[in-house]
Amino acid sequence: MASSSSVFEVESGPADAGVPDARGRFGAFGGQYVPETLMAAVHRLDEAYIAARQDRAFWRELDHYLRTYAGRPSPLYFAARLTERLGGAKIYLKREDLNHTGAHKINNTLGQALLTRRMGKKRIIAETGAGQHGVATATAAACFGLECVVYMGAEDVRRQKLNVFRMELLGTHVVPVETGQKTLKDAINEAMRDWMATSDNTHYVIGSVMGPHPFPMIVRDFQSIIGRETRVQVLAAEGRLPDYLVACVGGGSNAAGMFAPFANDHSVRMIGVEAGGEGVGTGLHAATLAAGLPGVLHGMFTYVLQDEDGQTLPVHSCSAGLDYPGVGPEHAFWKDSGRAEYHAADDGEALRAFTLLSETEGIIPALEPAHAVAHVVKLAPTLPKDRIIVINLSGRGDKDVVEAARLLGRHIG
Amino acid sequence: MTQNRIDANFQALQARGGKALVPYVTAGYPDLATTGLLLRRLDALGVPLIEIGIPFSDSIADGPVIQGSFHRVLAGGFRVADLFATVRAARPGLSAALVAMVSMSLVRRPGVSEFAQRCAESGFDGLIVPDIPLEESPEVLDAAHKAGLRCIMLVAPTTPDARREQIARASEGFVYQVAVRGITGERDALPDDIAEFVRALRAVSRLPVCVGFGIGTPQQVRAVCDVADGAIVGTAVVRRISEAIDAGHSPDAIAESVTQFVDELWKEVAAA
Repeated sequence: MASSSSVFEVESGPADAGVPDARGRFGAFGGQYVPETLMAAVHRLDEAYIAARQDRAFWRELDHYLRTYAGRPSPLYFAARLTERLGGAKIYLKREDLNHTGAHKINNTLGQALLTRRMGKKRIIAETGAGQHGVATATAAACFGLECVVYMGAEDVRRQKLNVFRMELLGTHVVPVETGQKTLKDAINEAMRDWMATSDNTHYVIGSVMGPHPFPMIVRDFQSIIGRETRVQVLAAEGRLPDYLVACVGGGSNAAGMFAPFANDHSVRMIGVEAGGEGVGTGLHAATLAAGLPGVLHGMFTYVLQDEDGQTLPVHSCSAGLDYPGVGPEHAFWKDSGRAEYHAADDGEALRAFTLLSETEGIIPALEPAHAVAHVVKLAPTLPKDRIIVINLSGRGDKDVVEAARLLGRHIG
Repeated sequence: MTQNRIDANFQALQARGGKALVPYVTAGYPDLATTGLLLRRLDALGVPLIEIGIPFSDSIADGPVIQGSFHRVLAGGFRVADLFATVRAARPGLSAALVAMVSMSLVRRPGVSEFAQRCAESGFDGLIVPDIPLEESPEVLDAAHKAGLRCIMLVAPTTPDARREQIARASEGFVYQVAVRGITGERDALPDDIAEFVRALRAVSRLPVCVGFGIGTPQQVRAVCDVADGAIVGTAVVRRISEAIDAGHSPDAIAESVTQFVDELWKEVAAA
């Protein structure tokens, strides 16, 4: 990988991060906290993935789809006007927003669809919050001729009608989830419940670096193409590794995919940015690593926003994709080991960054990576001009324009 | 040290040739006073074990009926400490063993040892943590053991043979055989392979075997108890609580309706 001189030669493959161990532990975090009924499915998936992981033909086939279908490699763009505006470190954008379906999610769903086919299964299920992972899963299902069901909180179905229709156009059945808070975490519960009864013929295409082992490893590996390409691209542009990587963190898949290939490069500082909502002090946020406690949710031991009894707390963010009360166990591990640091950007900061990037660079970001941009707005001016920051611009903002207009006080019908 | 009530009650039952009916109630549904009342009424029927489900916001293994009860209880401000107080108050008058069904998130919050201690001190006799498979069970088994609680492990229809034996060896009190592939909830018909699973368990374990998930009628209870040592009935009981609440019944009438139903099931299997 390090010998590639052109980004067009970068290949997908497992991230060489040294974790998790065979039991799915990233340090103390991770594991498999699921009912016994699911353990056979989880073990079969682990076996199938370990075999695929060592099979170059599997990754070659994935590369074929990443290049000819998803549009990889994605560019690394030097944001000259944003750099000038902020007056400090040089800022690069990894353009995951240019992928097919508009975000990094397709890297994972194509990989898991290939894995599904390898396991001989014909049906896939997924959860979705704002609908980006649902659309990416529905797309992969159509591409590979798989039956697809997506669980989506009834509240999100109402708020994200456009993505519901996109999934339906792609031939997917969208099931509104009426339990709990009727949002992302409840959709995950419902997908797990489906899987308990259907794992013989169904693969659960989980959308982030979360859930029981081996999901956090699988999703990180598939997303690590982001960091692999970035490495080659930044070396080509600057002749050295970057000083900072900045990515938003909900479940944490775009950040894990960017960070993992740099985990052993200790000169590279890795910064995850969580959703501060209306402020971490207000209780209306989704800053799990900043304000959460170690606990168990959705099959993993990780940081969770929970009350004194261990009940999961409601979360809030202007960005539906970051609106999650847990976080991938590898991020919990990186936080506790000090390898990565985590900050929060609130709704107002994210919205200002959304506007700033649109105006200075002609790139309308999704509200999720707008949180990463918001952190860089604070960070870049404090750094000398020879420092290099790479922001993972994980998705484009088309899906968010109606919400952004509402938040900016405009009416666009 | 006195014998654990789960072991004692199974021994007494087996001595007179009876089988166990294990009703499940959601803690705090519709309120803790009614839970206390339900415990006393169900105990008066003579059932050997009662399972108390502690509501959790994100219980993966539960179907709509039990989930619905959890969300209603949590919306009312339920606290685990209040349940412990209710159980502590009810315990002296009860003969049945009490088993807590509780998600790992709640066990982990105060610390696994601390949670087990609080369970034991309040009068629980056993613990079922449905989201810890064998791999994650050692710390819970250890804490339960130190607190004098039996930690009951689950075997699923999807469990391979070698693993079944490992789980049966780790389990204490009884082994919980899950009847169906999927979540909790009543089924019109039970799968044919239950007898086969119970036989496979008997071949590797001397513990009593109770079957749960999907069982809701007197016929199903009898059929299960023809092969196993007991039947666990959750959703069908909780559904009756829900129906009584929705009909606007008093706590006493709720308890009466549930007790009547459980009595019907219990009569199928209790030895004369």
